[in-house]
Amino acid sequence: MSQPPLLSVEGLTVSFDTPDGVVHAVSGVSFELQAGQTLGIVGESGSGKSVTASSILRLNNSTTSSTTGRVLLDGRDVLGLSDDEMRAVRGRDVAMVFQDPLSALNPYYSVGDQIAEAFLVHHPKATAQEVRERVLGMLEKVGIPNPEKRIDEYPHQFSGGMRQRIVIAIALINSPRVLIADEPTTALDVTVQAQILDLMLDLQKETNMAIILITHDLGVVAEVADAALVMYGGRIVEQADVVSIFRQPTHPYSWGLLGAVGSLDTSTRGHLSTIPGTPPSLISIPSGCSFHPRCGHALGAGSACTTKVPDLRAVTGTTSKSACHLTDEQLVSIGRREVLQ
Amino acid sequence: MLLFVTRRLMFALALLLAVSLFTYLLFAMLPSDPAALTCSKNCKPEIIEANRIRLGYDKPILEQYWLFLKGIFVGRDYGVGQAAFSCPAPSLGYSYGQHECVTTLIARTFPVTAYLSIGAFILWMTLGISLGSIAALKRGRWQDRAATTFSAVGVSLPTFYIGLLVLFSFCIWLRILPFPSYESPFVDPKSFFLTMLLPWLTLAVLSAASYTRLTRNGMLEAMNEDFVRLGIAKGLRRRTILRRYVLRSALVPIVTIAGLDFAALLGGAIITESVFSLPGMGRMSIRAVVDSDLPVLVGTTMVAAVFIVLANVIVDIMYGVLDPRVRTK
Repeated sequence: MSQPPLLSVEGLTVSFDTPDGVVHAVSGVSFELQAGQTLGIVGESGSGKSVTASSILRLNNSTTSSTTGRVLLDGRDVLGLSDDEMRAVRGRDVAMVFQDPLSALNPYYSVGDQIAEAFLVHHPKATAQEVRERVLGMLEKVGIPNPEKRIDEYPHQFSGGMRQRIVIAIALINSPRVLIADEPTTALDVTVQAQILDLMLDLQKETNMAIILITHDLGVVAEVADAALVMYGGRIVEQADVVSIFRQPTHPYSWGLLGAVGSLDTSTRGHLSTIPGTPPSLISIPSGCSFHPRCGHALGAGSACTTKVPDLRAVTGTTSKSACHLTDEQLVSIGRREVLQ
Repeated sequence: MLLFVTRRLMFALALLLAVSLFTYLLFAMLPSDPAALTCSKNCKPEIIEANRIRLGYDKPILEQYWLFLKGIFVGRDYGVGQAAFSCPAPSLGYSYGQHECVTTLIARTFPVTAYLSIGAFILWMTLGISLGSIAALKRGRWQDRAATTFSAVGVSLPTFYIGLLVLFSFCIWLRILPFPSYESPFVDPKSFFLTMLLPWLTLAVLSAASYTRLTRNGMLEAMNEDFVRLGIAKGLRRRTILRRYVLRSALVPIVTIAGLDFAALLGGAIITESVFSLPGMGRMSIRAVVDSDLPVLVGTTMVAAVFIVLANVIVDIMYGVLDPRVRTK
């Protein structure tokens, strides 16, 4: 890719001060994103994927968190912007869709008001007529039937899927260049999930925006993403295009994740493999590779796995990057075998 | 909505009826003889008996209650011939302690209580919500600690203590305010204002304390809401988010409790009125208790009950106005 990336995150590290100690939520995360591209960030709860996303908009509590690294939007570091400059970025250049569409909408105002508010804050000179037309157009675009009537209704009068459409309308009313979707379908019915993903992709085609899709659902990634980041314990453990992540995963954690996906295939019916153990506490992350206590391929006590944090490196023979101490040959051959199982 | 209000008002009416019956029966069970209290200790038995008949205390208790109820709507006549007198509707009975119709007494004392309550209410809402907001915005910093301390102290101190404290500080120690002596605001506004300042302050400090805490907690809770994060992600100004998102959702419980607190105060701020010698309903009630002046007690209880019941209805309506989720159900 020759053109400069739209969004480039470099060495992002976020920690939170809590009464129990310092939580190292994100450690040295780097990735790039082009216009029109969809990046899936996958991981368990507490893997740092949501914090990574909210850091881009600087939504983390500023008094308890500290963020280092760079988040370059068109070459401009948003972490260094003043509060006013940051406000201009939020909702206009980068917009966000949250997980639970009920709690993400303000219950005290009509949905029309809330969409209009998002437009007006970046277009203060717009007339009431313009705003209303714009909001109606947006409601229609996100597939709300009968927008003339529903524009004045309140969030609780909408179903879950419809509410998420409203949240998407709020996010897209200013045609942002980057859309961050934090588990946008997790709180929805399975039948509605696909509709919402389709909607996001359709609107992406129209405006060529980039999407960062945070999810723990590999199926969602397979469906919509171009590239994927797998996060574990606040770090990226594997970075790959969406085909490779399923065909040729190169990290033991990814192998585990893929194994835990249910399949309609007869050979695995009735047996769903799980990754043993629980995600690490981000207050006391295991030494070395944070995945080693749960890893079936770890090299044992005293080895690099327990003493040295593995770097994210290109794996020879693939297009992926992996943070694992196994050799490239091992990663390729075991990976192939794991997928076949 | 209209149906809702009508139904609530009907229910309120039934409730008031029950309260009146209960109060009336309760006082009737007291061991004191109302007729004997109509004149001083060395009263002749004949006069006591005459008064008993004149005031209707010779009748069975339920009939007395019926006469009381009837009096509210049509007024009430006492005695016959030359000694006859009447309390016009709405009559709440006749005070043998103060030799006046209870309605007249309440009409005279209620405005004082109302001025006291309204002034204190405005003061404590302003103070409580401002302090609470500041505490929430400056969470963990000295402003928060100061407001929380104020709140804890204010809640724990009894009214009479705060009352005496400000009285001592402003009137005796600093001497910047005259001793309270009540004047109607229409007769002498300056004296009225100077007298009411301390009682307002006393009541306000007391209630502002709990409203500070209520506002602070409500706002902190709201700040963690997803919709507040979405507001920030929209690029809204901090001020807009605080007003339209945070304060707005903290408001509903505040309005509820404020309505009920205000109504309770209108029934008479007994301690504050006593400490500052304000001729309001609260002080009248206390005097009535000491004198066993039952008709006055029944009357003030009824007035207080009316306010509380009304406030409940109004708060219910306000819910619908404030929260669209309640409106459509």
